[in-house]
Amino acid sequence: MPCVTSQQTGAPLVELTGVNKWFGDLHVLQDIDLSIDRGEVVVVIGPSGSGKSTLCRAINRLESIQQGEIRIDGQKLPEEGKALAKLRSDVGMVFQSFNLFAHKTILQNVTLAPTRVRRQSKADAERRARELLDRVGVGHQADKYPAQLSGGQQQRVAIARALAMDPKVILFDEPTSALDPEMINEVLDVMTSLAREGMTMVVVTHEMGFARRAANRVVFMDGGRIVESADPQTFFTNPRSERARDFLSKILEH
Amino acid sequence: MGFLTDNADLLWSAFLTTLSLAVTSGVCALVLGTVLAGMRVSPVPPLRGLATFYVEVFRNTPLTVVFFFLVFGIVQIDLSFPSRFIAAVAALSLYTAAFVCEALRSGINAVPPGQAEAARALGLDFGQSLRTIVLPQAFRTVVPPLGNVWIALAKNTSIAAGFAVTDLTAALQRLSNANADQLLLVFAAIVAGYLVITLPSAWAIRVIEKRVAIVR
Ligand SMILES: Nc1ncnc2c1ncn2[C@@H]1O[C@H](COP(=O)(O)OP(=O)(O)OP(=O)(O)O)[C@@H](O)[C@H]1O
Ligand SMILES: [Mg+2]
Repeated sequence: MPCVTSQQTGAPLVELTGVNKWFGDLHVLQDIDLSIDRGEVVVVIGPSGSGKSTLCRAINRLESIQQGEIRIDGQKLPEEGKALAKLRSDVGMVFQSFNLFAHKTILQNVTLAPTRVRRQSKADAERRARELLDRVGVGHQADKYPAQLSGGQQQRVAIARALAMDPKVILFDEPTSALDPEMINEVLDVMTSLAREGMTMVVVTHEMGFARRAANRVVFMDGGRIVESADPQTFFTNPRSERARDFLSKILEH
Repeated sequence: MGFLTDNADLLWSAFLTTLSLAVTSGVCALVLGTVLAGMRVSPVPPLRGLATFYVEVFRNTPLTVVFFFLVFGIVQIDLSFPSRFIAAVAALSLYTAAFVCEALRSGINAVPPGQAEAARALGLDFGQSLRTIVLPQAFRTVVPPLGNVWIALAKNTSIAAGFAVTDLTAALQRLSNANADQLLLVFAAIVAGYLVITLPSAWAIRVIEKRVAIVR
């Protein structure tokens, strides 16, 4: 597993303070305070349009924020440029639509950033990539192109691609929402084992089973705000807010 | 047929002039157009503005006017090109770069945004993600439009004839003035000269297009 070391042990790994963001007139993130410790697995849930993706994308500055501060491992998110690229290399991201590089093989997808960004030798990067691909169960697909794989396989490659950078934290934005039901578990299993091994994870998902199994904390968002934040047991059995109760009753119905 | 062999030297050198005008300008325009396209999609507003301004100016100015400016206009500010051929290459390159830029930009826009996002999320900087992820995919979709730009360029070289460059079109003027009775033959020879350049290109474009096709 990636060894997580830092000078600031004890300080939160990801820290958002007073974060506000607008898309035009739409106030998508409202006074967000959130701090995530090393090794913590935080599941973010909430109705569509509540700002979950925006929150996730703000953490590696795929979306910029207008107010507040975001720190990763004690370091403030830099503006565009080399420093931002450097910081992003420590923050993995897994997208709903996989976003594997369509013109690269599976193996190349995984080795690209380690060789280009970390300057690893091709041989080292490939050795590590094959290990990771084996680990997520797609080792035998290494020479294929993304379009030749099923959605579940592609998403597992995307996780391997993120892991190849030894990230301090991985952000997952609805990683199973684009998958056929029979493929959801193969991806969740990989994520659960990552969580068990101590990876710090922020996971936007509606998979309540995963939240119960793997999360240390559930954060419930509505209308751009964090309405509730609690351990899964408490949140699912005894949500404090009316809105969370309402939301849970809706998603647990089907 | 004797007429053509009599003028073989002129026709051959005119053909070579047209070909080298097209190839040299094509390479320059491809380089400049790629840089411009990179600027147009960059996150730096002044670069975007500059490239947009460039494209709008050159795309909306008749090529003959660009030639006029580079051949006669810049003399006003005490500048000139070492030769008319080089002035013609400059005019064709500057003009065509605007079209290359727009073809590439449409290709870049056709690459799903998630591709560049994934690259940036992995820590590639803007230049790296453009070079290794976005442009290689964009080039695949722009082979046909770039091919059209190339064929237009090959034909646009004929404007140079009006500025004392002895290309195929200049040869056409010269030979047809002197040999009115051989007009059809002269035309046939000149058109053949252009076709020798453009037809194999059209064929090559189709082959490249097939070769680089990408499965999604
Ligand atoms: N680039 C954008 N420009 C303008 N508005 C946007 C943009 N991206 C998102 N929004 C809006 O911001 C709000 C929050 O979007 P966001 O994608 O963060 O929600 P979400 O909680 O992830 O929803 P979902 O569950 O549907 O994915 C929505 O109303 C959305 O329409
Ligand atoms: Mg979302």
